[in-house]
Amino acid sequence: MRKQKKKNINIISICFLFIGIVFMVFGIYRGEVPVMFEKSINICLECIGIG
Amino acid sequence: MVKKRISNDRSRYIIQAIWTLITNSFLIGFIQGKIYQGKVKNVCVPGLNCYSCPGAIASCPIGSLQAVIGSYEFKFAFYIAGFMIVIGSIMGRFVCGYLCPFGFFQDMLHKIPFYKKPKTFKGDRLLRKLKYVILIVFVILMPLFLVDIIGQGSPYFCKLICPAGTLEGGIPLVLMNDTLKQTVGWLYAWKNFLLLVTILASILIYRPFCKYICPLGAIYSVFNPISIFKYRVNPEKCIHCHACATECKMNVDPVKNANDLECIRCGKCKSICPTNAIEYTYSTKKYTSKN
Repeated sequence: MRKQKKKNINIISICFLFIGIVFMVFGIYRGEVPVMFEKSINICLECIGIG
Repeated sequence: MVKKRISNDRSRYIIQAIWTLITNSFLIGFIQGKIYQGKVKNVCVPGLNCYSCPGAIASCPIGSLQAVIGSYEFKFAFYIAGFMIVIGSIMGRFVCGYLCPFGFFQDMLHKIPFYKKPKTFKGDRLLRKLKYVILIVFVILMPLFLVDIIGQGSPYFCKLICPAGTLEGGIPLVLMNDTLKQTVGWLYAWKNFLLLVTILASILIYRPFCKYICPLGAIYSVFNPISIFKYRVNPEKCIHCHACATECKMNVDPVKNANDLECIRCGKCKSICPTNAIEYTYSTKKYTSKN
């Protein structure tokens, strides 16, 4: 019983890891990185409490 | 046992300090009052580290998440969500314990002596749910729905709540930049007030921002029970002395749940255990108990 539960947890961890990688690749593919990059290379006035 | 605990604490502080330095290694930014604009900013750091910090070489996942969700082009941030899922499913809140500069800052503040430091208080457990509310409301819903005329939302968590942005970005940039100095107003005063409250609270309570406010901690906490790296208590070795639960500053009882949502995996419980019953484990490793 315990072994079976352990096995399931392994599968869940690996599934999430796989989903995460797929999400990242899809996010890069559809062009999210430039949006993030644009925000992070300019001083974010809101983030520092001015804007 | 005390020696082992001190050694664990010391090595953790060294790792936190080195990681903080690595992720904020654009030291010239602190002199020039500018921020790094190189390609490494395309990637996120695992912990909370403001990308407007003059030293930051990479991006903050929470700031980036809001930037993408709040943009007129996208309504979901697959890249950042994927990054956080990958980090969370590998190590859970280990990030909070070892790889978060703001967590390190709070750890250091808590070392300042004070005559009484409450370990817990009435309403502590309920208040810990607040970080999930902040995650949903300020990080996801507000940037998504409170948008301007062209459909652009603001990073509301960073703007209204995050003291890490004030500490790492706001204060150094405003001090070094005359133009910014002239534009500060009530919002800057509010953010500084929140930072001051966080500093005072951190001296009294262990990691109050991580416990009650941090949306990144809220995300990683969900992965604690399922992450590849986790803790386990060997029931054959455990003598139920409760030393681990007494030592834990996040108020977790590892014997009841070694991978509690609130556990930041700092390793204090492991180092204090007199029988070495608490172990690190990976999902592929077989459980040693015969039960």
